[in-house]
Amino acid sequence: MTSPAAGTRTLPPLAAYALALGDDALILAQRLGEWVARAPQLEEDIALANIALDLLGQARTLLSYAGAVEDAGRDEDDLAYLRDDRDFRNVQLVELPNGDFAVTMARQLVFSAYQYELYTALLDSADLTVAGLAGKAVKEVAYHRDHATQWVLRLGDGTQVSHERMQAGLDRVWPYVAEVFDGDGTAAQLPGVAADPATLRPAWQAYVTPVLDQATLRLPEPRWRSRGGRSGLHTEHLGHLLAEMQHLHRSHPGASW
Amino acid sequence: MTEARDRDGSSQGRDWPLWEVFVRARRGLTHQHVGSLHAPDAAMALRNARDVYTRRGEGVSIWVVPSAAIVASSPDEKDPFFDPALDKVYRHPTFYDVPEGAKHL
Repeated sequence: MTSPAAGTRTLPPLAAYALALGDDALILAQRLGEWVARAPQLEEDIALANIALDLLGQARTLLSYAGAVEDAGRDEDDLAYLRDDRDFRNVQLVELPNGDFAVTMARQLVFSAYQYELYTALLDSADLTVAGLAGKAVKEVAYHRDHATQWVLRLGDGTQVSHERMQAGLDRVWPYVAEVFDGDGTAAQLPGVAADPATLRPAWQAYVTPVLDQATLRLPEPRWRSRGGRSGLHTEHLGHLLAEMQHLHRSHPGASW
Repeated sequence: MTEARDRDGSSQGRDWPLWEVFVRARRGLTHQHVGSLHAPDAAMALRNARDVYTRRGEGVSIWVVPSAAIVASSPDEKDPFFDPALDKVYRHPTFYDVPEGAKHL
């Protein structure tokens, strides 16, 4: 389980915080990248690739910063490519397989609406790197949120088939929503710097609920909920994702083009 | 969204209507035609245009127009439409003597 570059080490709170947010963005970027050349339309192909690249940019800033704060010589590539699944700190929502387009759009609505509230809160962070990232990223995720909203509205309030599949998409991802707002206590160690995820939920709810209403969709009431992504507990899907994402770097360390 | 639906209610993405995209590169310039795309409705056409045609900072404003709304000249009419203008050199302001000392012409 332990690779030389990783292991279960204790990170300074700021590094742990940046790593958690960076892992969310990195893993979702990888998932969205899987749509390239498989989306329903060429236009959607490019839209999803754009969104994935926005997230990858956020991940690069956050992982680089996590490495710099940790000050143990790990750069963004070490953190992205040389950790095993138990060392990833992303919420389980972002590692879920894409499913059909409706599942992906359900996840995009949930997660981009969360990121919008997160980065809005972080605009006032006392940490200049965090605040600077938030200033750039909040505009990106505002578009991601709008993109997902447009699709949820059209699929939910579209045909009977699209409505059923959109509802099934929401039902698929909703057990993973609560975990997004759990936090792991890291934010509490960084007053003025980090945003407590629980405080973001009311604004998130205020955005998402009317979208679902307008889309004639039912707010799912899942009977179970996920836990543990922030402490390295993941679904079986993350290992497969990492195998694809990391194999080139691990086979050819330092490869570039 | 009715445009994306067939009569039997099924959604046929391949039948999405075509839209022409015009992008203004910066303030003061006119919108230029940059290409076309498919989208189920105007709102999605605008977003698709943003994603497909302004990825590298090409624009500050986008117009989308249903391709069906464009009235185009026909290739068959090319000769009567355009040829008569080719030998009317007097339509170009090239017969004026520029007074000495006039600048910025």
